[in-house]
Amino acid sequence: MNALRFTLRLLSRDWRSGELRLLAAALIVAVAAISAVGFFTDRVRLALEQQATEMLAADLVIETSDPPPAEFEEQARQRGLSTAQTLSFPSVVFSGERPQLVQVKAVSAGYPLRGVLRISQSRFGEERPSGSGPRSGEVWVEPRLLALLDSTAGSTLSLGEAEFPIGRVLRWEPDRGGNLFRLAPRVMLSLSDLEATNLVTPASRVSHRLLVAGEAGAVRAYRQWVEPRLPRGAELESLENARPELRSALDQGSRFLGLAALAAVLISGVAVALSTGRFVERQADTSAILRCLGARRSFVLQVFLLRLLGIALLASVVGALLGLLVQNLLASLVGDWFNTRLPVPSALPLVSGIGTGLITLSGFALAPLLRLGSVSPLRVLRRDLGLAPPRFWLVLLTAVGALASLMIWQAGDTRMALLILGGAALTLAALLVSARLLVRALTPLRHRSGAVWRYGLAALARNPQISAFQLAGFGIGIMALLLLAVVRVDLLSAWEHRLPEDAPNHFLINIQPEEVASLQGQFQKSGVPTSGLYPMLRGRLGRIEQRRVSPDDYASPRARRLAAREFNLSWSTSLPSDNRVVAGRWWEGTQQNGLQFSVEEGIARTLGIQLGDRLEFAIAGETVAGPVTSLRSVEWDSFHPNFFVIASPGALEAYPATYITSFYLPPEDTALIAELARSFPSVTVIDVTAIMQQVRSIMERGTLAVETVFLFTLIAGVIVLYAGIQSGREMRIQESAVLRTLGLRRPQLLAAAAAEFATLGLLAGLLASLGASAIGYLLAERIFDLSFSFNPWLWVAGLGGGALGVMLAGVAATYPLLTRPPIEVLRRA
Amino acid sequence: MSTDSNAVVVAARALGKRVLGPQGELRILDDIDMEIKESEAVAILGPSGSGKSTLLGLLAGLDRATSGDAELFQRPLRGLDEDARASLRAGRVGFVFQSFQLLPGMTALENVMLPLELSSHRDPRDAALDTLRQVGLQDRCDHYPNQLSGGEQQRVAIARAFAARPQVLFADEPTGNLDRATGSQVIDLLFDLRADSGAALVLVTHDSALAERCDRCLFLDAGALQATA
Repeated sequence: MNALRFTLRLLSRDWRSGELRLLAAALIVAVAAISAVGFFTDRVRLALEQQATEMLAADLVIETSDPPPAEFEEQARQRGLSTAQTLSFPSVVFSGERPQLVQVKAVSAGYPLRGVLRISQSRFGEERPSGSGPRSGEVWVEPRLLALLDSTAGSTLSLGEAEFPIGRVLRWEPDRGGNLFRLAPRVMLSLSDLEATNLVTPASRVSHRLLVAGEAGAVRAYRQWVEPRLPRGAELESLENARPELRSALDQGSRFLGLAALAAVLISGVAVALSTGRFVERQADTSAILRCLGARRSFVLQVFLLRLLGIALLASVVGALLGLLVQNLLASLVGDWFNTRLPVPSALPLVSGIGTGLITLSGFALAPLLRLGSVSPLRVLRRDLGLAPPRFWLVLLTAVGALASLMIWQAGDTRMALLILGGAALTLAALLVSARLLVRALTPLRHRSGAVWRYGLAALARNPQISAFQLAGFGIGIMALLLLAVVRVDLLSAWEHRLPEDAPNHFLINIQPEEVASLQGQFQKSGVPTSGLYPMLRGRLGRIEQRRVSPDDYASPRARRLAAREFNLSWSTSLPSDNRVVAGRWWEGTQQNGLQFSVEEGIARTLGIQLGDRLEFAIAGETVAGPVTSLRSVEWDSFHPNFFVIASPGALEAYPATYITSFYLPPEDTALIAELARSFPSVTVIDVTAIMQQVRSIMERGTLAVETVFLFTLIAGVIVLYAGIQSGREMRIQESAVLRTLGLRRPQLLAAAAAEFATLGLLAGLLASLGASAIGYLLAERIFDLSFSFNPWLWVAGLGGGALGVMLAGVAATYPLLTRPPIEVLRRA
Repeated sequence: MSTDSNAVVVAARALGKRVLGPQGELRILDDIDMEIKESEAVAILGPSGSGKSTLLGLLAGLDRATSGDAELFQRPLRGLDEDARASLRAGRVGFVFQSFQLLPGMTALENVMLPLELSSHRDPRDAALDTLRQVGLQDRCDHYPNQLSGGEQQRVAIARAFAARPQVLFADEPTGNLDRATGSQVIDLLFDLRADSGAALVLVTHDSALAERCDRCLFLDAGALQATA
């Protein structure tokens, strides 16, 4: 007989059985969580791939902090390649009296070499493509800037010492990167107009990009020519490594969301195991009858495996389609971070979603299901012949194996996946142990409570293992939501409260040395205190002792970045007020001892700099060197200008430097900013409050996206609850029938169920609040160095939300069982 | 496997069954010797706990003996594993149980088709429909067991037992869950069908009136055969 045909006959009927519906629901949730994340990241990845060329606006880009050597462009031209240049830097623009921090980009003729700009006449006007940037004499601005300045296209914008009409609204530029990484709106002008603004001086922080495009072979040859000639710190971007910051954000984001989705898979797995367990119990008779009628063991196993497989496939497809719907929500929350219209996803996440469903099924259902093969046919005569108990180690091994493979796949890194798996196992074990202890602790309460509560609490203790799993499932879900909704907000406000009321909220950068005296005069006249004016110059760390500093020597991304880029150096006679020397001595009156350096302790650790090491910096083409005579701790969030490396005064003053300062200004006081920007056009004002608000809004949307994924965990928790109720279904029906014949009324039975589930939710909320508080405490005190404050709302939300939510779900699930006429049940028994 | 007209289809040779209970080893069956020939109807009688159902399980190859052996169609069962015993039963052995033992997820027709399909019958559907007609349930083909009365369920079970034209039918208290009137209808049906098919019958019961309808009776008491009637 064909097992498949036999299975298909049973499938339609199977759908009516509660446990298989639950198994399907659990798989739907697991697959939906994984595929929602999968589809979303797939769309972003596709967008990045499809637009790789456009994202560079060229085939090859050389990014430098100084103007690129002229021969780079000449060589490209000689090889028949087209070139263009862009310069970008932060600045402040004015529309009337309103200042606004912007990101200026000056583009040469020919830009963009690949892709097009999209522009419109007005903020919401119709978009049209443009193959070139603004012509001389006008600027194009992003719609956001018009909104911020309350301005329209056609009005005038002051940029440095020049004024420009806003010619077009810039709706899209190919090489812009994501919105996540650009806090200030774009102003684009022609490179030929830049000089008139007088915004760029030799010491200004400017990003130069040389764009190259042409026939692939010529580009490859040019690349080979230019690579060994690149100045230190220069970055070469090509189609393969375009927009590394977007790729890294995507990789980390998808990894994090993927692992968050795995929490839902884990909890769903428990529901799958529970429902399979019940399915197996109920199918033991079928297995016995089939064996009795002459079916072989392999046939019986095939029939049951195929049945589950059929249901799992169906559920996985439904789950993947649900994921496709939910990913739209994720895309609407954070999709615009990637500054591109997300394309339709590929079918790959559908396949991986279905794969997740099948792996979850095999991990959590296979071991319990195998018991059906060992049912004795004698069971048809002797109902007391139960099923062999599941082999604990086999169950554990298959579940851990399935989870490990899913984690390795999601994390893309075996070591990290195993670490997380270990951490998850420990957390789960701790939760299970605490859950069991809590369930056990309820026993004495039963003797002191009325019949309704006693029955409710007894129901919890009836199967402590299932109760513990339910507790752990809800605990994890509620804890994740508490962490995201309550602890995150607490930490942020604790940090904000720590800042003094008058902590500087504005920075002035790019102050020229000749402007220092008059700027100080202006501050004195206005009565606004500053944190002092600090010189700042750029230098690249060349050697530590005799060792050449190269990014390749470091493993951590931060160290590699620090080793590749230029430092902001400063010099000072006295130790800044918010710095503390932690090793060595600060130079006081020791100018005659030559050049010395004081290094921030964190960066010293990252780069492996020791007290006494001789550091060599390249500044403006020359080399300066001196020993490290002190290591400092720095309060970075004082909002005072601070530096990784400070030099002793004297030796660096000959080099071109700009100055930096910070000051506090009440939010409503914009007059001084306007005045400063007018009198000192090359000075850039950075409004920290506005940036902070933007960071906060980005964080909030990111949090919502993560919460969406964790919502699946909670739904999985509800399914575990249902599965738990189902697995004790017969006993519950029987007990309630007996209780009703003994005189308990239906409302009292419902009250008992409410007591049972409210207690379960309360305990889960207790575990979740405890966990969230502990993690909040560790984050605050150990990681962020903030004082931890007790938030009663965390406990109200955890305990109250847990008790109410679980009670409603539990009563809804048991209601149909409790309302059966008792005679029907007892007659059957 | 074909058998001649007087061939032994079921046999016990010094068959014994012992289990380990809380108070040590418990003898359930001891040294049973018996033979049942083709087309013969044999009743196994005895009080509750005498080991009747255990004997039936061992004879049908549903359980393993701890001593001696059982034979089915002259094949000793001791050397056969579970799967080999199942294959031996497929299509050649029918069962009727006190608790009906229909598959709840399948309709009456599908339940009856089951043994036919397991023995690779060429046209299981028609054969099953035919047998259901014989038990008077042709109108109940698409009903699930829980939509049928107890008597109807047992008639489906009888149809399932006879559908594949078995050589041996094992029946364990087939009227135990039915009222007297329904029970007697069911028994009439069972004996009629057996007469038609010529299958050997092994009937476990404690109803002596029912046992009298068989060719001979075996009395089991405390795990041992007492006498043959």
